[in-house]
Amino acid sequence: MIIVSYILMLIGAFFYAIGGLGIYRMPDLFNRAQAGTKATTLGTLSLLLGVGVQQPSWIPKLLLIAVFIAVTNPVGSSTLARAGYHSGVPIYEGTQVDDLKELYKKEDGLDE
Amino acid sequence: MSKFIGASVIMFIPWVLLAGSDPSELILGATVAMVIAGIIYRNLDYAFKSGSLAGAIKFLVVYVPVFLWELVKANIDVAFRVLNPRMPINPGFVKIPTGIKGDYGRLALANSITLTPGTLSVDGDENHLYVHWIDVMGESQKERGELVSGPFEDILGGIFK
Repeated sequence: MIIVSYILMLIGAFFYAIGGLGIYRMPDLFNRAQAGTKATTLGTLSLLLGVGVQQPSWIPKLLLIAVFIAVTNPVGSSTLARAGYHSGVPIYEGTQVDDLKELYKKEDGLDE
Repeated sequence: MSKFIGASVIMFIPWVLLAGSDPSELILGATVAMVIAGIIYRNLDYAFKSGSLAGAIKFLVVYVPVFLWELVKANIDVAFRVLNPRMPINPGFVKIPTGIKGDYGRLALANSITLTPGTLSVDGDENHLYVHWIDVMGESQKERGELVSGPFEDILGGIFK
């Protein structure tokens, strides 16, 4: 059981490392947010599962942590991306489609 | 009254998870949860209906496994993209249609899209979500909607109306 839990924790650490590498390699804010915030989901879940296997009495608390991460992490990353778009962060030139432009053209027009 | 009960239960559950099921802890937690609920319940717009318990159970049993499976699959996909030396990304902001109307259903859908790697909800309007997608596929809005939110849309629509 101890070995299983260490393997799960290692998988978690591996995904954190991928997330860090992704932040370094990705070309713009939005792609970086993708790589950086996603790693915390599978990385953290795997890490928490590993801890839970080792210390079964902590499972309720770990469950609570998992729920809070699942609720707050995506809200945070959406807000960051939205704020980034509004403040005119440069967008990677390989970006294929931009349906957001029309929405914000309308909204910004209303703001003035 | 239903708001008061709902708020008390929502505060009591995390307390039990944190403090354990020792009787004195349960009494303390219930008391504090009810006092706080009594102060704040007028300002809540959440009502505890008889249907919401069934919805919550359905959410846990049907939705969470689907979601976890998508999460693992998509995480591995993004990991390969990051590790690939040529970094095959093809990003874009796409507009996808959604039939889910309620605030909580919308929140669950947008959060699910964000938590599955490769897609990140940025904004929304009445009938659409705007999503940053790391590998844009499909031509029409409908096709893209199917690819991004397809696995979640049907189940969440059944739970949150």
